[in-house]
Amino acid sequence: MISRDLKSRLMVALCYALLALALVPLLSILYTVISKGLPALSLDFFLKTPVPVGEAGGGIGHAILGTLLLILMASAIGVPLGLAMGILLSEYPKRKTARALRTVVEVLSSVPSIVVGLFAYAVIVKPMKGFSAHAGAVALAIVMVPMIARSSEEMLKLVPTSVREAGLALGLPRWKVILKIVVGGSIGSLIVSVLLAVARIAGETAPLLFTAFGSQRWFQGLNQPIASLPVTIYNYAISPYEDWHEKAWGGALVLIVLVVGLNLFVRMMWTKRRSTRS
Amino acid sequence: MNSKNLLVTKGLKAFVADFEILHGIDLAVGEREVVALIGPSGCGKSTFLRCLNRLHEETEGAHVEGSVVLEGIELYDRKSDPVALRRRIGMVFQKPNPFPSMSVFDNVAAGIVLQGVKNKSVLQEAVERSLRQAALWDEVKDYLDRPGTSLSGGQQQRLCIARALTVKPPVLLMDEPTSALDPISTAKIEELVAHLKEQMTIVVVTHNMQQASRISDRTAFFLYGNVVEYGATREVFTTPKNRKTEEYITGRFG
Ligand SMILES: Nc1ncnc2c1ncn2[C@@H]1O[C@H](COP(=O)(O)OP(=O)(O)O)[C@@H](O)[C@H]1O
Ligand SMILES: [Mg+2]
Repeated sequence: MISRDLKSRLMVALCYALLALALVPLLSILYTVISKGLPALSLDFFLKTPVPVGEAGGGIGHAILGTLLLILMASAIGVPLGLAMGILLSEYPKRKTARALRTVVEVLSSVPSIVVGLFAYAVIVKPMKGFSAHAGAVALAIVMVPMIARSSEEMLKLVPTSVREAGLALGLPRWKVILKIVVGGSIGSLIVSVLLAVARIAGETAPLLFTAFGSQRWFQGLNQPIASLPVTIYNYAISPYEDWHEKAWGGALVLIVLVVGLNLFVRMMWTKRRSTRS
Repeated sequence: MNSKNLLVTKGLKAFVADFEILHGIDLAVGEREVVALIGPSGCGKSTFLRCLNRLHEETEGAHVEGSVVLEGIELYDRKSDPVALRRRIGMVFQKPNPFPSMSVFDNVAAGIVLQGVKNKSVLQEAVERSLRQAALWDEVKDYLDRPGTSLSGGQQQRLCIARALTVKPPVLLMDEPTSALDPISTAKIEELVAHLKEQMTIVVVTHNMQQASRISDRTAFFLYGNVVEYGATREVFTTPKNRKTEEYITGRFG
């Protein structure tokens, strides 16, 4: 018979082994991206637009700015919509509209993002006869909305029913109870839901391919094509030029720092909230 | 005890879907009186309490029949506004339920802040008054900015009482307010009730027979959605008229 002590040691060893296994891809991605991307970084890389093939220098500042703008625009549409849906789903779950909405949100979150891109192409790019920043933003917002709706619903459901009842019992109308007590009391966790969705769309490529399309220049207006980091990385990586490959790695590094940074920030905020609560 | 009736229910029935929880309750509560509701679990005490501030109807599929009159005004009148009425009837719940992420101060002030009171000194006065009334001021006066949820269980419950007092309701409903608390916190809340009854009417549900006899003027014994016996607390506990009441208070069932 194996002793209890040995068993528990084996379990611990197994846990470490699995952790190491999970870390292998993560660390090798980080190592590759950092080692190949770091040489590409320079001030010009962040502040300049591309130069013609063959010339040295230039940067992909336009794509970094483009991604930030797209995130901002997509959030302006997606965050309020997603939160409103999350509130409806959590606070009025029995309503017919909420039930229908739940189905829609579930279906939407399972739609492949390339299809979302095609959809935005059909309803915005086609009728407006051109690729544009706002088509890209709408496509990203469509990816964002179901994510935020579902996670914010979960966050709001953590508020006990008796807290809502205490608000009603104070003589507050239900909408105030929901906005000021339930939503107001969950602000921290709702920010977490939003930031995770932002981190997700920051790296989305497919929805942008036939919407924002891409550009070699700085921001030209909302109705014009706009560059983004993921699409630029894609285009540069499949090009035949050595210099572009290096810039693609540099772009990948910037993107990873953005997304992983956001993720770590969210996690830190979350654990800090947890520890102050208990 | 005052002879004037402040709160009167007549033929009060409560339903969830087709299930009749209360079968027509007639009960009158006097001004500045403490009435204890006792009875086995599931007999409808909480439901009765929640009919008095029209909280029962917020439950999915629930409705109420019959009449509740507060200070001469019918609560279940078509024209009566449940939101306005609830400012006249405070409620304290079984488990302490401070508002999440709100400081002690904001919790206590919530009732009037969310009704639009903004004046700082008015708020400060109201918060201090409520916290003193709830016998919590001395313990938290230096920690008003801390989250309400950081207090101990007993303090949280007194915080919830303070929160209810801020809107100055003439009636306070308490649903087993000490069942989740330790004996010391329980004693504090019982003491508090004795003070509060000088200014307000209190209806309190309790599972603790000693508590009912210590704090209440009158006691109603609930059984299966009916009030089986209602009278002066001393008489209910020493010379109950109903055999079921006697069996319950002597611990033979329930
Ligand atoms: N929301 C509800 N849905 C269905 N039944 C309920 C609901 N609330 C209460 N009841 C039923 O009503 C009865 C009385 O409950 P309650 O008033 O909580 O009793 P007590 O407070 O005396 O323990 C119980 O049988 C309970 O199952
Ligand atoms: Mg109960």
